[in-house]
Amino acid sequence: MTAQWAGQLTGQQMGPRTGVAYLAEGTGDHQGLAIVLFTLFVSVTLAITAWAGRRRSSSVEFFAGGRLFTPAENGFAIAGDYMSAASFLGISGLIALFGYDGLLYSVGFFVAWLVVLMLIAELVRNVGRYTLADVLSARMRHRPVRIAAGTASVTVSILYLVAQMVGAGSLVGLLLGGTGAARTWTVIGVGALMVVYVSFGGMRATTWIQIVKTVLLMGGTIALTVMVLVKFHGNVDGLLRAAVTGSGQGEAFLAPGLKYGGSGTSRLDFISLGLALVLGTAGLPHILSRFYTVPTARSARRSVVWAIGLIGAFYLMTIVLGFGAAAMVGSDTVRASNEAGNTAVPLLAEELGGGSGTTGGAVLFAVVGSVAFATILAVVAGITLASSASVAHDLYATVRRSPRHAARGEAGNPSGQMEEDEVRVARFSAVGIGAVAIALSLLAQDQNIAFLVGLAFAVAASANLPSLLYSLFWRRFTSKGAVWSIYGGLIPALTLVVLSPVTSGEADSLFPGVDFHVFPLENPGLVSIPLGFLAGWLGTLLTREPADEVAFAETEVRSLTGAGAV
Amino acid sequence: MDEHGGADPGTLGVDSPWQQAAVVRRWEPEADTDPDAGAERESPAVSATVPRARREDEAAVRSAVYREVQDSAAFREVRARYRGFAFPAAAVFVSWYLLYVVMATTAPGLMAHQVAGQLNVAMVAGLAQFATTFLLTWAYARHARLRRDRAALDLRWTLATRTGQERVR
Repeated sequence: MTAQWAGQLTGQQMGPRTGVAYLAEGTGDHQGLAIVLFTLFVSVTLAITAWAGRRRSSSVEFFAGGRLFTPAENGFAIAGDYMSAASFLGISGLIALFGYDGLLYSVGFFVAWLVVLMLIAELVRNVGRYTLADVLSARMRHRPVRIAAGTASVTVSILYLVAQMVGAGSLVGLLLGGTGAARTWTVIGVGALMVVYVSFGGMRATTWIQIVKTVLLMGGTIALTVMVLVKFHGNVDGLLRAAVTGSGQGEAFLAPGLKYGGSGTSRLDFISLGLALVLGTAGLPHILSRFYTVPTARSARRSVVWAIGLIGAFYLMTIVLGFGAAAMVGSDTVRASNEAGNTAVPLLAEELGGGSGTTGGAVLFAVVGSVAFATILAVVAGITLASSASVAHDLYATVRRSPRHAARGEAGNPSGQMEEDEVRVARFSAVGIGAVAIALSLLAQDQNIAFLVGLAFAVAASANLPSLLYSLFWRRFTSKGAVWSIYGGLIPALTLVVLSPVTSGEADSLFPGVDFHVFPLENPGLVSIPLGFLAGWLGTLLTREPADEVAFAETEVRSLTGAGAV
Repeated sequence: MDEHGGADPGTLGVDSPWQQAAVVRRWEPEADTDPDAGAERESPAVSATVPRARREDEAAVRSAVYREVQDSAAFREVRARYRGFAFPAAAVFVSWYLLYVVMATTAPGLMAHQVAGQLNVAMVAGLAQFATTFLLTWAYARHARLRRDRAALDLRWTLATRTGQERVR
């Protein structure tokens, strides 16, 4: 059944001819091979889903994959969740177009992992069960905090999802000739697939899909990097010199300022983005929920160490690929193919294989395209799972639970009936989230995906991180402070985006026709992150009754020792 | 979630569990229950139907143990070791990263200064960010493994035996 379904999906994209027929046509027709490879990946992932879906569906199984993954497996899965199409296509594209300013992006994405490693991973593993809201409600009044945290998680997830699905659309635009219909169908197809993965396979299937994807992505990236370096005989200096020539920008290509050096506003914008990147990772719900798939805090730490190794190596290689694309393809050619630079790596692969029109070029182009596609699918599944967990475990369970029920303090011990309900709701909410994400992605089709991701990070850093850090480390933090810090970060971040040039006033805005932008920066982080911290602090000061010392004692001891952790 | 409720002798008719829990006891299979548990002791299998008063009572004992552990020298030591490494390290790498970003945006001239071949200050600084991240990751993991894991596990064991909270699943 699964293979048939996959066949239908690709059939929609490529018309009546089969992939093999495409292959037989030989040179120049990378599309057929790309579709065959992609169909293969979809079949494998659907098989994994079918296998994982046969297990009984307790909530530990559905939301945490049984909690018995090894650190290495989880490390690969974390890396898979994090290395999105925005990194693979977006960042190397930015490097190919703007040189050093693209590299600034990847540094922020990478350094952020130290925050996760040192301040978040172990403590969050010990305190929570499935979601971010679990960590906060361990010491807070249940209802309002859970609802706030659940809302923030879902918002961040949907922003991030849109970024990924827009990436999928533009990738297919490139691979299949770029008609509007192909893009639309791809976005819908990706949305449908992610819903299938999540609702039938839960966390176990999602984790294995991430692992497969990481292996493919790392393999592809390593192969391309080695080929670039071999091409330049291992001479990095020669590569950089060729990149300078290929960019047409001269020495300025290797120095900061090409993209963000223009006006004072754009410099400030970059600082804002940098802050959002480094603080946002630790507030991403789909990253946090990964720590619950391992048994202990120690294995959560070791998973992050694995992830840092993989992610660091990956970003170092994207730098080589970005400069390689500038050197071998040329910045102007990349820009002509896609204004935002998202197609730099596929074009580089084609060049490495022998250039446009050769068999080698077509094969490599197809391989890279399919790897990128696999990347998008996997990331999208991970985010959908995290947000449907938030909807079911945080929002639905809290709203449904009557106050009398909640007063018994059974937070850590819901009945079996409740658990079954949560899993059922999570499966259905995956469908709803998929629909919302598809609709928004079709709206936002022409935004640069790396930028969209930056936005999601800003919201995560403003709404989720302050409350998380306060509740783990601040003795006097109260429920009111938690609620204030979440909304105090979330609402300004979203408002500023609406009032920014992203939404209105410029040619590439969401609504180019009108102009109501009053906030000059594209990324709200610089303002909204401090506001989130400030709101949490104010809310705590303005609480009349002191914080619950007992609850904090339990949370603090548990966070550092793991006593009582599930 | 009012965990103080169980500590009120008026409603429950028992000695304050706060004081009971403060007495260090040797671990016994059921030593973590409260003083009057004998009257209504039941098997773990039916614990889901435990009367409300008793559950609050257990919660109070548990809270008392947690507070006691929070004040203990052993826990303070674990916390000090964790914070002593993580907080300064976080302050250092966040400021180093922010310095890097601010330098890149406000002083591109300095950053473009050539060091060797095509390598300029900006490239060296960017690669140094990667290097320090790898280095700090290694240092933190090593510190946690050698200086914290054992003590934390000991505390977890103490707490598990004294609160009876840890179940075998």
